[in-house]
Parts: sequence; structure tokens; C-alpha cells
Amino acid sequence: MNAQLPSIRRRLVVQLALVAALLSVAFFLTVRGVAGNATEQTQDSILAASAASIADAVYSDDGAVRVEIPYSALSMLGTVSEDRVFYRVIVDGETLTGYDDLPVPSGRAGPRAPLFDTYTYRGDSLRSVVIGRALSGASQPRRVEVVVAQTRLGLEVISARITGTATAIGVAFFLVATALSALAAQNALKPLNRLAETMARRGPKDLRPVTDETPEELVPLVAGLNSFMQRLGAALTRSEDLIVEAAHRVRTPLATVRTQAEVMHLQVEKPANRAALRQMIRAVDESSRSAGQLLDHAMVTLRSDQLETEETDPADLLRDVVARLAPTAELKDITIRLELPPRRIRVMGDPILLQNAVRNILDNAIKYSAAETDITVRLEPGNPCRLIFCDQGRGFAAADITRLPDRFSRGSNVSDVVGSGLGLTIVADVARAHGGSLRIADNPKGAGACVTLVLPSC
Amino acid sequence: MRYLLVEDNADLAAALAGRFALAGHVVDHADCLTDAELATRTTDYDLILLDIMLPDGDGRSFLKRHRAADNPTPVIVLTARSEVSDRVGLLDLGADDYITKPFDYTELEARVRAVLRRLGGAAANTREFAGLSFDSTTGMISAAGCSEQLRNRETRLLEVFFAAPGQVFSKSHLMDRLFSFSDDVSENAIEVYVGRLRRKLAPSEATIETVRGLGYRMVRRE
Repeated sequence: MNAQLPSIRRRLVVQLALVAALLSVAFFLTVRGVAGNATEQTQDSILAASAASIADAVYSDDGAVRVEIPYSALSMLGTVSEDRVFYRVIVDGETLTGYDDLPVPSGRAGPRAPLFDTYTYRGDSLRSVVIGRALSGASQPRRVEVVVAQTRLGLEVISARITGTATAIGVAFFLVATALSALAAQNALKPLNRLAETMARRGPKDLRPVTDETPEELVPLVAGLNSFMQRLGAALTRSEDLIVEAAHRVRTPLATVRTQAEVMHLQVEKPANRAALRQMIRAVDESSRSAGQLLDHAMVTLRSDQLETEETDPADLLRDVVARLAPTAELKDITIRLELPPRRIRVMGDPILLQNAVRNILDNAIKYSAAETDITVRLEPGNPCRLIFCDQGRGFAAADITRLPDRFSRGSNVSDVVGSGLGLTIVADVARAHGGSLRIADNPKGAGACVTLVLPSC
Repeated sequence: MRYLLVEDNADLAAALAGRFALAGHVVDHADCLTDAELATRTTDYDLILLDIMLPDGDGRSFLKRHRAADNPTPVIVLTARSEVSDRVGLLDLGADDYITKPFDYTELEARVRAVLRRLGGAAANTREFAGLSFDSTTGMISAAGCSEQLRNRETRLLEVFFAAPGQVFSKSHLMDRLFSFSDDVSENAIEVYVGRLRRKLAPSEATIETVRGLGYRMVRRE
């Protein structure tokens, strides 16, 4: 696994959500501040109006100052809630009526300039106002001050209601904004997902450049990807060319040596010379076989990495390979019997790799079989699908069975036969690439070996 | 039989032609596609052996033209390529068979025989000796009204004797015809095959005689 950074989408959503949260808090604070001020001002103006109407009701009667507090002056305050109201009318510093210990907001108040203050009185938080007025008509003008105070319960209720509403709106805003940012992130990443899908849908050998429209930010990525695929394609082509070219360069001179040695072998009489030539031919066979199987192995490895599966009929495949190897088998009077199911069957696989595997198994079977024996090739459809090759040859030495599919590993009983030890490795690789396996065992029906190529269901 | 060998490697071509000549075939050699085309227009061949990588082009283009012109001569491709898909492609192009270099001559011979048999070139290969008729392509012998199918090695053994009745062939010569170099067998195996052949030839006048110290020859029974 690669080290994984947190997903871009998650990062975008988290950051956008944080912004939304900040905005929500700011909204909440602003609404609460503004609303708090507004309610306070409302209370203040009612207090001022109440004080003013009390002040208006103060009159001088023969030098005595009297007041008749109008009902409306207090009732306009009472409407708000169960708040309690306190008042105090002061004439020249003397309390005329009301609570004489009710504190007076300090400062010089006038009819046009009410003074407000908030304080605690008798255990309650009060908002109070003082309005001053000059009372004339008597011998000398007298200064009247009216203080009206009200508890803040109503204000607090309103304030709580506003806070509740602001909180609800803030939370809703946060939630909606977060959901929208998730959508936006999803949307913004769509081109990236589309690109990933395009790449995932491609066949294993499809190294064409990506030509889809891409957003500006992805252009460098796509350009990098395209140039990488181009280089990869070139490298793959070079490897394939090299395999073909190497085969040609190695095999043609070997063919010359071999054929010349054969001709010479026919012409010489001396047993020692004949033996030497046979040795030489066997050495050529060995090297050409190794070269061929190394190249086959390289090809199988190359193709296993980028398996090209298609529907293949294993019966057709077996028929082809058997027909192809029949002349070789005939040289030793070996009969290959094909046992195929009557109905058509299909398996998903790379036909070239499967053919290579089957050819290697049959080639081995022919090589290690004695003359005039039978090789049985049976196809057992089902899940899994089995291709079973049984010969009447020398079989496997028990100790070899587990290590034979290893590279360059050969049986301990086959030193007299030319071989490279790569055949079963190729078969095992092909089986593995197809999600199957290779099983080798002794032939249950007597001498010889059974090799089973197990493939997914067919 | 007359073969056309199209191969640009002179050493290989000479060695192969020599090998075919020893087996009694006539081989014309072309070292490029132009010569090969000229040769096929001039004479009819029983078989064409075609290399793929040639100096003036790809053997596959020759194969395509050959098949497009409805030329019935079978073609066996000699290829040095190992890519399996390549080989499959060759058969699709109309090659009758292919053999990968380097090859065992006996295997090439077996493939030639298989191709000729498939194309029904049998009639030309029936020969007779001492009341025995023998088809070297199908491996059928018949004498006194009954026929029998020979096994491959018996066929090849009898083929050697039929090529020159009365001539003595050494054990080692017969070994070369019967076994490929990858078979590790002793010369005693020849005695087994000669013994079997004798039994199968019994209904006819022909038999195989042991010439002490020299080998075997086919003669008419006294």
C-alpha cells in the first residue's frame, strides 16, 4: 500500500465546514448583540416615556408640590411581563413619593436628556431612568426629578428567545453549509473521478494517451500520465522486439550447426566420431531448448502482468495443440487420446498463454514417454475446470513433485533427456495468472504421471 | 520429391539441402523472395520450406501471395521466432505447418509426411516389391489381398529398404532414420523393429535378411 494522505474531498469539506462554523458563530454573536441593544432601547424609551408622563403630572399647588401618577404611566411598563416597577419622585432633593432609597442615575438629567443606568436594587437587576424638570409657577422654580426603574425579567426573556432563535438559525446555517460544501467538493472532484474511471476501464494493453477534456489543474497530471504511458509502451515494444530478435539471432546459427552435424553424422563411420557428434547435437538441442524456454518464460511473464482475457474454448485449444504435436508424438509411435466433453464450454483466459502452457505439458509428456505408449488428454468441465494430461512414462520421483514447478528445477530421474527445467515453471505461472493451479501426481492407473491444469470454472 | 527451400542463411541451406539429398529428395534453394517467386513460377514443387526473415522481405508476404494465387503446394514455415501468437498467425496466413529452429531433421520429416498425408499426396508414394505394396505416406502395406497398418517407426524402416531393395544398410544408418538425437537408445532397438517388420511382411514374398557384421537388406524370399 502507498502512504495515504487524507482525501482531498474530506479536506475540502472539513475546511469549508470550519469556515461555515466561524460564520455561524459570528452571525450568532451579531444577532444577539443587535437584538439585545434593540430590546434595551425599547425598554429605555418606554421607561423614559413613563418617567416623562409622571414628571408631567407633577404640579404645584399653593407652594406645595403634588403629584398624581397617571395610571397609563405604569401600565405601559406593566405590559411587557411580570416585571416589577419602582418609582421615586424627588423635589429639590426631597423624596416626594415612591421608594426613597431607589438610587438615582448620576448626572444632570433634563426633560430632553434622560439618564439611564443599570444596577442591583433589593436583589434585582434594574434598569432605571431619571428625568429632570423645572417646576415653575410658585415663588421660586423647583427642580423635580422622576426616577422610574424596572426589573429586567422581560428583557431577559426576550433576549433568551432571540438567543435561541439565533442559535437555531446558526446551527441550521452550519448544517446546510456543510452539506453544500460536501456537494461542492464532490462536484469539484468529478473530473478526477472521471479520469480514474477512464483509466480503470482500459484494457491491459491500451496505452493510448488520455484525450478526454480535463480541467486546467489536471492537465499536468494527464500530461505526465500520457508521457509515462508512451515510454512504457515503447519499453514493452522494445522488450517484445528483443525477444523475437534474440530468438532469431540465437536459433538460426544453432539450426545451422545442428543440421551440419546431422549431415556429418550420417557420413562418418567411426563409432567414436559418431558419439562425439551425437553429444554435440544434444548440446545444441539443450541450448536451443533453454533459449526457447527462457524466451517463452519472458513472454509469459510479460503477458501475465497484463493478462488479456477472452472467452476461450479449452476443447478447441486442446485439439489445436494436439494436432500440432501429433507429428512429434508419431516419431515415437505415441498415440495422444483426446477425451472431450460433448457440449461446448468456455473459460475466461489468455488463449496464447493457455496454449503455451498446454504445449509445454504435452511436450514434456511426449519427451518422457517411452515409444508406443498412450497419452490421455482429458477435459473435465466444472468448477474448477480441469485439463488432465496422463502419460505412461517414467512418472515423477516423489521427492521432486513439490519443487518441479521451480525455475530450472528438473526431476532427479530425467538426466538422460534434454530439458531446461522451465517447462513446468511456465505452466505454473500461466495457471497462477489465471487464478488456477498446477497439480502433478503419479498416474493413478499405473505407471506414468498425471499433470492437471486447474482453471476457474468452465 | 522436389522441395523448394527458401532460406537466406547459406550454411543452413546447404546443410539442409545435403540432408534432404541424402534422403533422396531434390532440393532447389532460393535465398530471397524474388528467387522463390521465380522458382515457383518455373516448376511445380511437392513442398515449400519457407524461412520468415528474408533479406528482401517477410516470408509471410510470400505466403499471402502464394495462397492468393491458389497455389496448392503445401508450405512449412521455418521460424526462429518464439512468440506463440506469431506461430498462430502463420497458420492463419495459410501455412500448413511450422517448425521452430533449430529442428530435428526427423521431426521435420515427420511434419512433411503429416502435411503430405493431410493433403492426400498418397497415390504417388505407393511402391511395390515382391508382391508387397507399400504406401510410405500412410504406412499401409498390402500383400496377398490383406493389408496392414504399420507403426511410424516400422514405416520409416521399411521406407529405407524400399528406397534400394537388395542394398545392405548398417545398423547405425538405420538408427539415424528411426531415432532422433534426443532419444537415448542402443542399436539393439533396431533388432526389435526389424523383427516386427519381418512378422508383418510374412504374407508377402519380401523379407528382411540379416547380413552378419554389416547390417540388413530387403530381399525376395527364396
